[in-house]
Amino acid sequence: MSYSRPGFRHPNEPANDAGYTRRDYEGAVSTLCAGCGHDSTTNAIIQACFELNVEPHRVVKVSGIGCSSKTPAYFLGKSHGFNSVHGRMPSIATGANMANRDLLYIGVSGDGDTASIGMGQFAHALRRNLNLNYICMNNGCYGLTKGQDSATADRGSAGKKGVPNPYESIDLCELAIELGASFVARGFSGDKRQLVPLIKGAMAHNGLAFIDVISPCVTFNNTSSSTKSYHYVREHIEATNAFDFVPLQQEILAHYEEGTSQEITMHDGSIIHLHKADSSKDVTNRLKAVNSLEKEKEKGRLLTGILYVNPEIEETHDIINSTLRPLNTLTEKDLCPGEEILEAINSALR
Amino acid sequence: MNKIERINDFVIRFCNVNGSGSASANNLFAKAIFRLGVPVSPKNIFPSNIQGLPTWYEVRINEDGFLGRRGGIDITVAVNSQTLYGDYMDVRPGGYFIYDSTKPLPEKFQRDDISVIGIPLTTLCNEAFSNPKLRQLLKNIIYVGVLSSLLDLDFSVLTEAIKKQFKKKPKLAEPNILALEIGFSYAEEHYPDTCRLSVRKSDKLTDEIMMDGNSALGLGAVYAGATVTGWYPITPSTSVIEAFEKYSNLYRIEEETGRKKVAIIQAEDELAAIGIVIGASWNGARSFTATSGPGISLMAELLGLAYFAEIPVVLIDVQRTGPSTGMPTRTQQSDLLSCGYASHGDTKNILLFPCDPKECFEMGADAFDLAERLQTPIIIMSDLDLGMNDHISAPMRWNNKRKYDRGKVLSADDLENLKETWGRYLDVDGDGICYRTLPGSHPTRGAYFTRGTSHNQYAAYTEESSEYEANMKRLLVKWQTAQTLVPEPRIKIKDPEYNTGLIFYGTSTHAAYESISRFSREGLPINSMRVRAFPFQDEVIDFINNHKTVFIIEQNRDGQLRTMLINEGNIDPAKLQPILNIDGLPVAADFITRAIHASGFIPTPESLQEQHTTGEKQ
Repeated sequence: MSYSRPGFRHPNEPANDAGYTRRDYEGAVSTLCAGCGHDSTTNAIIQACFELNVEPHRVVKVSGIGCSSKTPAYFLGKSHGFNSVHGRMPSIATGANMANRDLLYIGVSGDGDTASIGMGQFAHALRRNLNLNYICMNNGCYGLTKGQDSATADRGSAGKKGVPNPYESIDLCELAIELGASFVARGFSGDKRQLVPLIKGAMAHNGLAFIDVISPCVTFNNTSSSTKSYHYVREHIEATNAFDFVPLQQEILAHYEEGTSQEITMHDGSIIHLHKADSSKDVTNRLKAVNSLEKEKEKGRLLTGILYVNPEIEETHDIINSTLRPLNTLTEKDLCPGEEILEAINSALR
Repeated sequence: MNKIERINDFVIRFCNVNGSGSASANNLFAKAIFRLGVPVSPKNIFPSNIQGLPTWYEVRINEDGFLGRRGGIDITVAVNSQTLYGDYMDVRPGGYFIYDSTKPLPEKFQRDDISVIGIPLTTLCNEAFSNPKLRQLLKNIIYVGVLSSLLDLDFSVLTEAIKKQFKKKPKLAEPNILALEIGFSYAEEHYPDTCRLSVRKSDKLTDEIMMDGNSALGLGAVYAGATVTGWYPITPSTSVIEAFEKYSNLYRIEEETGRKKVAIIQAEDELAAIGIVIGASWNGARSFTATSGPGISLMAELLGLAYFAEIPVVLIDVQRTGPSTGMPTRTQQSDLLSCGYASHGDTKNILLFPCDPKECFEMGADAFDLAERLQTPIIIMSDLDLGMNDHISAPMRWNNKRKYDRGKVLSADDLENLKETWGRYLDVDGDGICYRTLPGSHPTRGAYFTRGTSHNQYAAYTEESSEYEANMKRLLVKWQTAQTLVPEPRIKIKDPEYNTGLIFYGTSTHAAYESISRFSREGLPINSMRVRAFPFQDEVIDFINNHKTVFIIEQNRDGQLRTMLINEGNIDPAKLQPILNIDGLPVAADFITRAIHASGFIPTPESLQEQHTTGEKQ
């Protein structure tokens, strides 16, 4: 268990505009190892929901299997959650989202859950652009089965057992961009200042927002020879850009100098301001986005931040032209053609 | 030679090459007989292939209304040179063999116990039609015209059917009718008084419909209010979803917006298909999918999740011949064990066994009430024969007053007024069924974490043995409740002495009743029970125990329902004599009758009857 949370809260704990305190977004006490990167990610989700004034009960949390997939128990305790089976989070999320398009869906998965057993479902949820915030807590190893290499472990990286991984690693962000994802970002669980706005940006996105969160496994993969250790990531991190996320309701106060920022208006009207350090990095261009990732990789750097975004895209419900009403609210009157029509169908079959 | 002489009681087989457009000609023939009021059952016996392989279409015509397969062929239309000899040899003595005499029959065709009727189909067709594409199709229509003459089949019914078929393209009706006339005239001229089989108008059919089971299941799901489906194409289940989509496009469009009141997602595989169903049902939409055996194998893990986390699922299994890829286009009832006990650990799933399109529609709709009432997977066990062949059936019925049973779901008001502490897996009513809540319902109450891991009454993770055990036992209480809700067996008692009982289910029903009727005529009354669901009610077990001898008819090798009955009902295996049809074709009444005659029948490879029925034997 990573920590024991004190029951005491400041009596004047501030509420957000929706009237909720930060505590209203917390969940059960985590049972992950002390210092686990996933707990920091969990906290970033809590912070993002708090800052966005999300109503907790209007959120649905879905996960697969693994350490990461346990985390939905540790945030948003007033939301329904669904810890499904290994690698199948995207399909459960798809069904849930089809049933009620009005809720906010957070899908939590890990690198084993996404890059191996659930690769197919990951790919196809992206293709369909399901309106889902897909957070992959990526530590390069299978924590819950004691540290085997996962498919995102870099070649040559070695965890606690000390044996370097001989296989090529899968870059989930690059893959996501190639598979047609409409919002791709990478964060680091050790950098909350970047991660919280990334999650907020994802939530404003209409479609599948994928965030690969490098989230070190302190028990099995935080060694000096691992490329997913806190130390290594801190030493090798490179951000695409610093950015501000301006929710729809907020007035833009900051002033951005001409040519130094890229402004992206999200589907819900929120604005993301990207402070560009390098003009070759255009996050609305797929080719440039993949190039940036590959270039940094060549230099041994791990690119983070918003990597690619396409706000002008239809999500699954738009593609299939389904009703704007949640399907789970429709009744006999909406759905059943009735006995007269059945009689006509019978007649046509005679 | 004694020619077979029958009115409204014979079996005709069409032997074609698939992809040659024969299906529409053959359907035209079957439909014409149906419209004459004569009970008819066509069976399409087709390959897993798009073009070029042998395909057969077997039509049973039976005034008495027996619509299972009878066994044996009285008249054959052979237009596939690949199977010509086998098809020739399959005709019963005294029967009729119609072939394309454009090419003469080879030497070895020397039977003198059948009537051989040569029609130069290719020549006739090529003389009349120049369009090569049409030629192939119309050659088939010509033999329907031939049959009209040979069988005294009312010609106007055929022309009417053609006109109806081409209502929107009347220009296409003309060459079709011409083709019919060509065949008819040729046979009238060259083969008058040759064939002693005939079809007469009958009043046996009144308000019956002719429909395939898959369409009825898809329509049932529309009527039941299914709104979400995730699915993956697989023969023979695909047309369930196609029908659901077709009817949804007709009856599920929002008038004001043109948007659809349905979400149909073609998934990447069956794992995702069932995942979508589980996600949607968990979130309060009625959701279903359809698959076949290989899909069931893939869905097993998620079915276990739905069983243990108690999520409604409606799953339609249109069974085909296994194991593995098996014979994908042949029928079987061989997924009972893999469905009934799908998934690891102690799981049991509810099975329903429809036998005709009307029951497909009913069970297709009722399954959603059962799934939501019982919060568990309901698997409808259809098969390729029922799903893809047209069947004559009583019409489908619906009552506008019917309300969907959405089961134990707490609304926002219920949650607001709740006095006691709510527990997702707390059995407050003692029926093993607990109250569930839906996401987004209430700001502070009713949220819980659904999991496939062991959970206590309040849905929290537990490794406490006593809590795990209590939960597993409660699931058995729910199973007992299910017994009272699933469709009851259909039992027919003809013998008050309870000497012989016959058990069957699904598509074996029609041939079984025919066989019983034959024994009845021989003075041997047989009681029968058509099992319609799993779990089995007490009366199912009592039926077995009350009889001296019980036969059980199944279309699989290992007697899967028999195994389940022995297991669930603690039945002495010696009590249940299996009659097992495994040739991939719908079971025939002749087969059942023979097996009962030879009772004491034990299913070893040696004792299984030889069943060459697809015309492939040389």
